Amino acid sequence: MSNNILIVAEGRAEGLKKVSFELVNTAQQLAAALGGAVEGVVIGSNVGAWAEALVKAGLAKVYVADDAGLGAFAPESFADALAQVIKLAQPAIVLFGATGWGKEVSARTAAKLDWGLVTDCIAAHVENGALVLTRPIYSGKAIAQVRAKSLPVMVSIRPNIVPPVEANNPAAPIEKVAVTLKEPRAKVVETVVKAKSKVDLGEANIVVSGGRGVKGPEGFAPVQELADTLGGALGASRAAVDAGWIDYTHQVGQTGKTVAPKLYIAAGISGAIQHLAGMSSSKVIVAINKDPDAPIFKIADYGVVGDLFQVLPALNGEIKKLG
Amino acid sequence: MAFNIVVLLKRVPDTESKITLRDNAVVTDGLNFVLDPYAEYGLEKALQLVEQHGGKVTAVLFGPEDAKETIRKALAVGADEAIHIVDPALEGGDAGTTARVLAAALKKIPFDMVWAGKQAVDDDNAQVPVRVAELLDLPHVNSVIEFEPAADGKAARCVREVDGERDVMVTSLPAVFTAQQGLGEVRYPSLKGIMGAKKKPITDWNAAALGIDPAQVGKAGARVEILKLEPPPARPPGKIIPGDAETAAKELARLLHEEAKVI
Ligand SMILES: Cc1cc2nc3c(=O)[nH]c(=O)nc-3n(C[C@H](O)[C@H](O)[C@H](O)COP(=O)(O)OP(=O)(O)OC[C@H]3O[C@@H](n4cnc5c(N)ncnc54)[C@H](O)[C@@H]3O)c2cc1C
Ligand SMILES: Nc1ncnc2c1ncn2[C@@H]1O[C@H](COP(=O)(O)O)[C@@H](O)[C@H]1O
Repeated sequence: MSNNILIVAEGRAEGLKKVSFELVNTAQQLAAALGGAVEGVVIGSNVGAWAEALVKAGLAKVYVADDAGLGAFAPESFADALAQVIKLAQPAIVLFGATGWGKEVSARTAAKLDWGLVTDCIAAHVENGALVLTRPIYSGKAIAQVRAKSLPVMVSIRPNIVPPVEANNPAAPIEKVAVTLKEPRAKVVETVVKAKSKVDLGEANIVVSGGRGVKGPEGFAPVQELADTLGGALGASRAAVDAGWIDYTHQVGQTGKTVAPKLYIAAGISGAIQHLAGMSSSKVIVAINKDPDAPIFKIADYGVVGDLFQVLPALNGEIKKLG
Repeated sequence: MAFNIVVLLKRVPDTESKITLRDNAVVTDGLNFVLDPYAEYGLEKALQLVEQHGGKVTAVLFGPEDAKETIRKALAVGADEAIHIVDPALEGGDAGTTARVLAAALKKIPFDMVWAGKQAVDDDNAQVPVRVAELLDLPHVNSVIEFEPAADGKAARCVREVDGERDVMVTSLPAVFTAQQGLGEVRYPSLKGIMGAKKKPITDWNAAALGIDPAQVGKAGARVEILKLEPPPARPPGKIIPGDAETAAKELARLLHEEAKVI
């Protein structure tokens, strides 16, 4: 085993996700403390463009496992491919984004290699030579400091917790890894709903969300307008999603996405624990609700008690004035 | 086509409960414990499949002695039998050791599918069932919201929700599935169910019964450990901005711009 840190990049059709570059940032801090290098890995089919984006992120090396068998998602194949890269790279720490994909692939790979895994962390540091991770548990009602008793170990880090590194460094060498894959027994055969919001919810710096208080599909118009003005993403509570007013892809919370933007605006959302679990690590939280006793106000930095149909358009106008 | 289905159930504090910490542990006295809500969706699906196609639902729970009460809830809504893995020597581990314990138990039970929750609402690990699948060399499908077995009972078609997307996944059986909210409404036990549950068998298994090496489980086998548990950092008290909508909106925009500097 080396002292190196390997980050597992994650992408979608449009390119690498921002979280991949955030992982490099975290990895650099850990590498400085452990005295190792930061390397990256890209796995998938036809991922040349992702590799090209990653080589400029200031890494010592980028492993690329590009295989037709990694086209459609199949958990067994991705874990297989990744385990082969890890055996070659011999890292001390492997970092994933704490996305659905990252959590799934890391768990399968950790079991395959018999490693420890700490999921959904919001901080990582080295203390007395040991890796210590911070993660919320009990839907955010407690914060655990978790120590890796030994290395190697795998960790997944929530998106948007640290800034991404700039990808403007000299190109790192690429090492192509030929992986051998078995025919997977479980695989994706079709994607029925593609994430389609203009700004990816998990990565957005600003999220404006509506809940049951918007009262219908049309009620999302002022929420969307404010999101557009701020260049942010549109979010929703489960109640609004279940009512069919907005697509699931916008859902924030335990059964939806976990977000940690610098600004989260909740309009007509009461603040149920499952919703808070998905957004309480946002830096600044604004609540707009007509009920002064709504629990969302307990975690809000700024609150307006009022009708969202009056407050949101007024706020939109004021923000436009700021230019 | 009858299905033998195992459901992995975890005992967790009700999500509404207040969490009190003492000496880096959660104070369990007075906590209201429930079946993990995501695993409960899996249990519901298992019950429906057996109602439609025949077979048997076995609930498996790894947890302390007083978790029996929670196991009875699974029997009361219709699980046929339960296995309680209970042994202080197995406690104090991590997700990896929990998966090892559950995998050892599953080797002793014949099944066509295993249902679990996509994550447990206490530790939010989201890794135990996937690890179990890998340890048993089985396929898995995560975060399932729709499930349809193939006519021959040897495969299944699932819709799963992950990262804001919805995919159709197919898998052969046996396989491990994790349930996401949306898979169905869970049922409440009837009085008859509660009475009947008292007569259903709960079998206790300990480390010896599982034939598991003590060095591989519990504290000794854990790769990671909790150093400290703290309440979340208190957010500075929020400001409620007074005035009518216009006035409040104007002040809010100013604060976000000048004070919080986020826009
Ligand atoms: C296992 C499980 C998982 C769950 N996962 C999630 C999840 O991922 N995400 C999630 O969000 N929920 C989740 N939930 C549901 C959660 O418990 C709540 O039911 C849900 O978050 C409530 O949504 P809401 O706040 O929009 O609705 P409500 O609780 O009904 O609140 C609506 C709010 O709007 C306010 N309001 C009404 N009209 C106006 C107006 N004109 N102007 C201003 N305010 C107004 C009201 O005062 C009220 O506070 C989950 C539940 C379970 C059991
Ligand atoms: N101790 C346990 N006993 C039985 N099932 C468990 C246990 N721990 C976890 N599981 C299952 O794994 C799911 C996900 O748990 P976790 O990986 O801990 O978030 C739970 O919803 C359960 O279905």
